[in-house]
Amino acid sequence: MATVTLIEPQSAPAQPRLNYLTEKTGLMSWLFTTDHKRIGLLYVFSITFFFFFGGFFALLMRLHLLLPQGWLFGHETYNKLFTMHGIIMVWFFLIPSIPNTLGNFVLPMMIGAKDLAFPKLNLLSWYIFMLGGMTTLYALVRGGVDTGWTFYTPFSTSYSTSFVITAAVGILIAGFSSILTGLNFIATVHRMRAPGLTWFRLPIFIWSTYATSLILVLATPVLAITLAMIGIERIFQVGIFDPALGGDPVLFQHMFWFYSHPAVYIMVLPAMAVVSEIIPTFSRKPIFGYKAVAFSSMAIAILGFLVWGHHMFVAGESAYAAMTFSFLSYMVAIPSAIKVFNWTATMYRGSVQLDTPMLYAIGFVALFTIGGMTGLFLAALGIDVHVTDTYFVIAHFHYIMVGGTVMAFLGGVHYWWPKISGKMYPEFLAKLSALTVFLGFNLTFFPQFILGYMGMPRRYAAYPPEFQVLNVLSTAGASILGVGYVVPLIYLMWAWKYGESAPDNPWRTTGLEWKTPSPPPKHNFEETPVVTWKAYDFEAQKEELHLG
Amino acid sequence: MADPIALALREQFHSAEQQRETSTVGMWIFLITEVMLFGGLFTAFSVYRMSHPAAFDQGSADMEFWMGAVNTAVLICSSFCMAMAVHSAEKGKNGRLAFFLILTILIGLVFLGIKFTEYYLHYHDQKLPGIVFHDTSPDAAYVQMFFVFYFLMTGLHAFHMIIGEGILGAMLFRTLLGSFSERYHTPVELAGLYWHFVDTVWVFLFAIFYIPGAHMK
Amino acid sequence: MTCLSLLLQGSVTHEYNLFFWAMVALCSTVGTGIAAFLIYCAWHYRRRSADELPSQLALNIPAEVTWIALPTLLFITMFAYGVKIYFDLERPPDNSEDVYVVAKQWMWKTQHLGGQREIDTLHVPVGRAIRLNLISQDVIHSFFVPAFRIKQDVLPRRYTSIWFKATVPGTYHLFCAEYCGTEHSQMIGWIYAMDPKDYQTWLQQGAAEGSLASTGEKLFHQFGCGNCHHFSGHGRGPNLRGLYQRPVQLSSGEIVIADETYIRESILQSRAKIAQGFQPIMPIFQGQLSEEQVAALIAYIKAIGPAPGGEMPSGPGEEMGDYGGITPDLSHPASPATAQPKPGVR
Repeated sequence: MATVTLIEPQSAPAQPRLNYLTEKTGLMSWLFTTDHKRIGLLYVFSITFFFFFGGFFALLMRLHLLLPQGWLFGHETYNKLFTMHGIIMVWFFLIPSIPNTLGNFVLPMMIGAKDLAFPKLNLLSWYIFMLGGMTTLYALVRGGVDTGWTFYTPFSTSYSTSFVITAAVGILIAGFSSILTGLNFIATVHRMRAPGLTWFRLPIFIWSTYATSLILVLATPVLAITLAMIGIERIFQVGIFDPALGGDPVLFQHMFWFYSHPAVYIMVLPAMAVVSEIIPTFSRKPIFGYKAVAFSSMAIAILGFLVWGHHMFVAGESAYAAMTFSFLSYMVAIPSAIKVFNWTATMYRGSVQLDTPMLYAIGFVALFTIGGMTGLFLAALGIDVHVTDTYFVIAHFHYIMVGGTVMAFLGGVHYWWPKISGKMYPEFLAKLSALTVFLGFNLTFFPQFILGYMGMPRRYAAYPPEFQVLNVLSTAGASILGVGYVVPLIYLMWAWKYGESAPDNPWRTTGLEWKTPSPPPKHNFEETPVVTWKAYDFEAQKEELHLG
Repeated sequence: MADPIALALREQFHSAEQQRETSTVGMWIFLITEVMLFGGLFTAFSVYRMSHPAAFDQGSADMEFWMGAVNTAVLICSSFCMAMAVHSAEKGKNGRLAFFLILTILIGLVFLGIKFTEYYLHYHDQKLPGIVFHDTSPDAAYVQMFFVFYFLMTGLHAFHMIIGEGILGAMLFRTLLGSFSERYHTPVELAGLYWHFVDTVWVFLFAIFYIPGAHMK
Repeated sequence: MTCLSLLLQGSVTHEYNLFFWAMVALCSTVGTGIAAFLIYCAWHYRRRSADELPSQLALNIPAEVTWIALPTLLFITMFAYGVKIYFDLERPPDNSEDVYVVAKQWMWKTQHLGGQREIDTLHVPVGRAIRLNLISQDVIHSFFVPAFRIKQDVLPRRYTSIWFKATVPGTYHLFCAEYCGTEHSQMIGWIYAMDPKDYQTWLQQGAAEGSLASTGEKLFHQFGCGNCHHFSGHGRGPNLRGLYQRPVQLSSGEIVIADETYIRESILQSRAKIAQGFQPIMPIFQGQLSEEQVAALIAYIKAIGPAPGGEMPSGPGEEMGDYGGITPDLSHPASPATAQPKPGVR
């Protein structure tokens, strides 16, 4: 039985000692906290809310698409649904999810610090995020936005009658939350590492989160200014991007994608970060090719800034620009491939335990690989002309963002759950949910590759009848996937209160965060650790962990 | 009396030096984000400038060169005063620190005064896109584009100046409260970094908006 | 499910399908290999005792080098094939036939050179390369024919272009593939690829008003263009003979190629670019001409060909392609009779 192997005799049973959850109570102590762990939980609350909101829209869309001519919504409402689904999922779930929840919680602990560099700024980030979210929801309540999350001009500036500016302002505000988070993380990793913790002794989680933070601070300001220009143009009709007044709509696309492509690496690098922690733990070996994986994280961040034009191959950019972006897109695929091979090799000759986090992590590797390989299709100019703006692209990015990031997020939540809550989650139910998510996900999105190849365009409220069978399969999958997400929400909330007490290091793994009690005290470490070992050094710590 | 320096040490740091270094890193990262923010506008401006150079030169000719030049001198003076303020703080000379902060603030206000006067003059000449814009050049649409970027970019800059004035005001307030000394004056240094950055952005704005058309008077 | 079949509906489809399915085969193999290895490791190396510490093997340089070098080589190969197909799509054959397409929310308006107009459909002959000149009246759309593996965004104020050659007669979906507003999903139609004989029959039905170029000629006179744009070359406006694809030096010193977008801008926003040696006196026609009328004028300018003495086509019929009997009625555009404005027009 799983529970027997997890409760270690050498750690003391949970005692009522003061930890970050109990040291102060009451709503005010949460709303005015500067503790990175509590702020992480504030974010958990927020992004869970947005995830189910955006997910609900997705479910509505999939229900509507059961019939070729639709049935649930008029076309305008459908257009608003996919727009809001995209906006909420991208900016209010995916981008903040892992960095602001798991990152906030775990990063200082992993480097032996008491908190982030700027704890008050951290809290401010959360308030800014909530302000952005509320503003965007206000746009929804007033009547929604129907431009697509990509806001292409001149439709968004001169034709749409929906609440474009409100939504743009909401996203702009949330962008500042991203920037401040990235700033905080970078400063923290540079200056707050424990003595002895050199760069190449850092866990890969830190490398990948650091790379994410670089993108956050460099790319997000460009989004802010682009959205501001949309707003100015809409209000004053001055024609920065509107061809009727001399503007260039393709310039908008360049500026938008200059941010939005790196943004997808903001979404996937933290997922890779989580997976890079889970796989070594549940293989009981160091990550294979540590330096290759560390440098790959940085390479993805840097190269990710050079490929934005691959969203515009048919948009009217020159053939030579298209060639350059195609080539660079293949180059950015190389570090991702390196990571996949190294994760797989980590399991080789290891001691593999298929606990829930590991199931999610392996699922991530499989689905990210499929998503990444379909990216190779899209990077090929000749193929992209056919499948861009179809369901092929939708399937591609959902494989990465949902099959990838969401699964890694769930894996990370389960992995660090004992540390965060001091409790264990119910293992059987958790494994069952992981399987449900995996199966439901594939049934939802694999048919969409075929739909795209067959020619079904994206953002269609109605479609020709020959596409129906695949759409029905996809909707069936979505229903299953939904269940797979709701069940963990329920059992995790249950486990928070009624779960079995967790030991300090339930997975018997390396990492500074596991050297603290579960849950940790407010300042993480009674005394600052001094690090003299490499990351994932099971050999050096085998006495402590009672291994071998 | 409680050591004000010890009071200033935040609990996440283990030493004053770590706090100072980390705060400085934080400010530099923030300034880099500002570079990216303005960079987006500079890029968009460049795209249109390259495709319609004549119209953009025409727009530049409509600017009052001397006002831009005076403003550039004004800001450089204010940066000098700011540098003197930081220098005074390093020496622990709070009186001089306060003096130079006040001077910087006032000179900054001169800049803003000239800027808003310029804005008013443009409005008067019907060169305010979105409100009232009238131009008889052959390529008037792109002369308007020039002015759109002029107001956007100098407006964003002025907004940063106003925030900067607020930051300097806060620094002045804390100076008068006696918060700073030779050993602790990091906020003043960081405010200085911010102020110099805003000044540098202006130099580039002056270059792209005022200089090209200056010869066309 | 014609798109899934291996029917080679368009000339590029064959090459595309080979490449696409080769990628599928390669990626499936690699993906299956990785999945199999994951499953193998999860099973073969499963934890057998709670305290076991396995081999800490975490570095193998030859393996790293291999799985960096091999993907790199494969990716470069994929890149090369992708470029090859793309360049084929970008470069229409010399004998391709022009079709003008105007997109608007939410319909496709196509115009043949013979003057036939269609809404949401396009009839084409099999075996003939068709070059589409696309422009939008409002927002960005995208002309997408899955069967021919082509897609091109359609922009306002600027022509874009894509070509195809149908190889199998049939009816093929036409979709708008760039979200353009409420009825984006209804902006769909059909491409009818017909046997050449059937196509000739179809052509006879339309074009009551004459070919596109002759419509353009009528507009050219109606709006008084000939007053300044003399074909003798001594007018107040540049000689438009042979203008299409000719380099033009502007008053700013810049040299541009007179493509469809340049000609359109010169008609509608004449002051934007002034040809070297001429004055900015041409009236602004923005708002007075529809996109269809501009397309007709462009077709006319293309049809009148280069100036005498320069490279000459054999005759107007060859210049504009085979209309199956419908020739444009402008065999001698330089003759004084047609160069004069009609009475009543300024």
